[in-house]
Amino acid sequence: MPDNLTTVEQILERKSHPVVRDAQVAPTDDMHDRLLELEAKGEIVLQRMKGDTIEFPTKYGRMKKIPIEHTWHHKSCGHCGHIPGYASSILWLHRQFDLDYHDPTDQTSCTGWNYYASAASNAVGQAAVMSRNFAAAYETGYFPLIHCGTSFGHYKEIREQLVHHKELRDEVRRILDKMGKPLVIPEEIVHYSEWVYAMRDRFKERQLVDMSPITATVHPACHYYKIVAEDAIYDPEIYGGQRTAVVTAMLESLGINVADYSTWFDCCGFGFRHVLVQRDFTRSFAVLRKIETMKNEVNPDLTVTHDTGCVTTLDKSQFAAKAHDRKVGIPVLSDAQVAALAMGAHPFRVVQFHWHSTDWRPFLEKLGINWQKYWDEFQADLDAIRAGTKSGITWQDADQPIHLTA
Amino acid sequence: MPTTQENWNPGKAENRHPEATYEEKEKLFLEVKNDVRYSDFLYGCYECGICVSTCPSARFYDFSPRVIAQAMAREDVERIYDIITEDIWNCAQCFSCVRCPRQNNPGGLVTILREVSLKNGLQESKDALQGYSRVIYKVMLKGNQVSPDMLQPDFFPDWGPWVANFSQNMHVWRKAIPMDSIRGLTDVAWRTDRKTLLELYTIWFESGNMDIIKELDESLYDLLVEVMQEELEEG
Repeated sequence: MPDNLTTVEQILERKSHPVVRDAQVAPTDDMHDRLLELEAKGEIVLQRMKGDTIEFPTKYGRMKKIPIEHTWHHKSCGHCGHIPGYASSILWLHRQFDLDYHDPTDQTSCTGWNYYASAASNAVGQAAVMSRNFAAAYETGYFPLIHCGTSFGHYKEIREQLVHHKELRDEVRRILDKMGKPLVIPEEIVHYSEWVYAMRDRFKERQLVDMSPITATVHPACHYYKIVAEDAIYDPEIYGGQRTAVVTAMLESLGINVADYSTWFDCCGFGFRHVLVQRDFTRSFAVLRKIETMKNEVNPDLTVTHDTGCVTTLDKSQFAAKAHDRKVGIPVLSDAQVAALAMGAHPFRVVQFHWHSTDWRPFLEKLGINWQKYWDEFQADLDAIRAGTKSGITWQDADQPIHLTA
Repeated sequence: MPTTQENWNPGKAENRHPEATYEEKEKLFLEVKNDVRYSDFLYGCYECGICVSTCPSARFYDFSPRVIAQAMAREDVERIYDIITEDIWNCAQCFSCVRCPRQNNPGGLVTILREVSLKNGLQESKDALQGYSRVIYKVMLKGNQVSPDMLQPDFFPDWGPWVANFSQNMHVWRKAIPMDSIRGLTDVAWRTDRKTLLELYTIWFESGNMDIIKELDESLYDLLVEVMQEELEEG
């Protein structure tokens, strides 16, 4: 047999141990090289990270740099609008380590949710929105950290389009000129869950809640690792390097038992347009292909994900399914919320459990957290706000970690 | 009995949309083909079906990313018109289909097909986006896709009593969030500078985005133009 043919035995042997990929034989071009070429030609401004960074391997073995601080928090519409404990947990984690960050008001939505829902835009418009946001970050000197999985995936795809199509770059530059902004592309497009992954050992050092009673499932967000698949973090120690490592690695570092289930690759059912105007699809998919499968196969205490739409869809779809006697009842959180809770974040002032529908009380009780006590504290906050004696909850009220199980 | 070819491609066996001429259908296809992204999204098709096996919409609808890639690769104008008018709005845009071993991006092709459909004012697309205009209004004008005040029991009855509970407490709950950029806001997700919004409006006008809105919903277009132009003139 010719030497260059792969045998079945060789494939089985390769799959029997962790996959360590060689960047030298990656099947795609290295985006970093293309960006440097464009920078050298003066076509783009390449924004570089400042301060501490950590590098991790991505799908094909290339290294991706993650900034630890001096980050510009590119917020998510769905987090800030409907799951605010998601965004506040991300910032609370930064504050626990005194990491410098910027929470900008010079940021718009990436508008990707709308584009994937309605297509009521075009390639130039979408690239200009991204580039305006990146230019705004560049002006502050802080490096973009993208909270939303869809923004992350959408921006990675737009970056490819900008790199490959001069006519698109020219058109976007023409629009940016009207605002006096340069065409800026950051040296990496970084998702917050990659920062969470990078920080997982430091979270563990500050952990106040024993998470070992918990079994969790992970829903990896499609737009994190399917769009421009090569630019997602993979670790030979997690799933043998065959699936993205973010979320799972952090949960394991906190001592949570991560259980596998057969439909891990399926999307959550969000559908972008569907979740807003055709939710029969969304509900059915979320329940039948995700929640019920998890329930039947591993009956977890919690499911954890790392994107806006996934948290909303998996959480909110469970109510209607109860009317059909489906097996539901798994609370849904983001990785950032789980990390914050483990480090003693207030369940309501920071993690904001009250924005989640599926009953989260059994999960907190299993951790030994007297949620009623903290809910009563929060109700007192709300009473004070209603009475006008308090304008709102501030970081001063929320920063201090609590021994929740003491 | 239909032949294999007819089964695969009912559009060729029968003209399912005689209301449009072949020339009209071909014009739409050429618009799709001329999109700058088309050559990045389509390289051919092995008919292996990996895209279908991972596709959530294929599980719930008569929908196939494989047929889309095939029809585009064969430049089958009639079948592509069937897809534009019957299939594209079923796609969940999750991009599970990019697992394609041929490096196709059927989800990306759907995005272009949708865009062309809107630009040409196809009624099927207007129907699919009924009830969605308020979201377009929000994202284009306020720079956020969703806001807390969109969570109303009438719109989300299937999310249970939580929505009514939230709705009653929205104003006080929003004040009880520690982030400065979102605390107290109910009509937007986060606080955005006026200058930032003016720059966003400039993008919508300069990128040709407004032409798409005009085809989709003329009253929405008039409303958006009036507000955005007034703001831009004020500077």
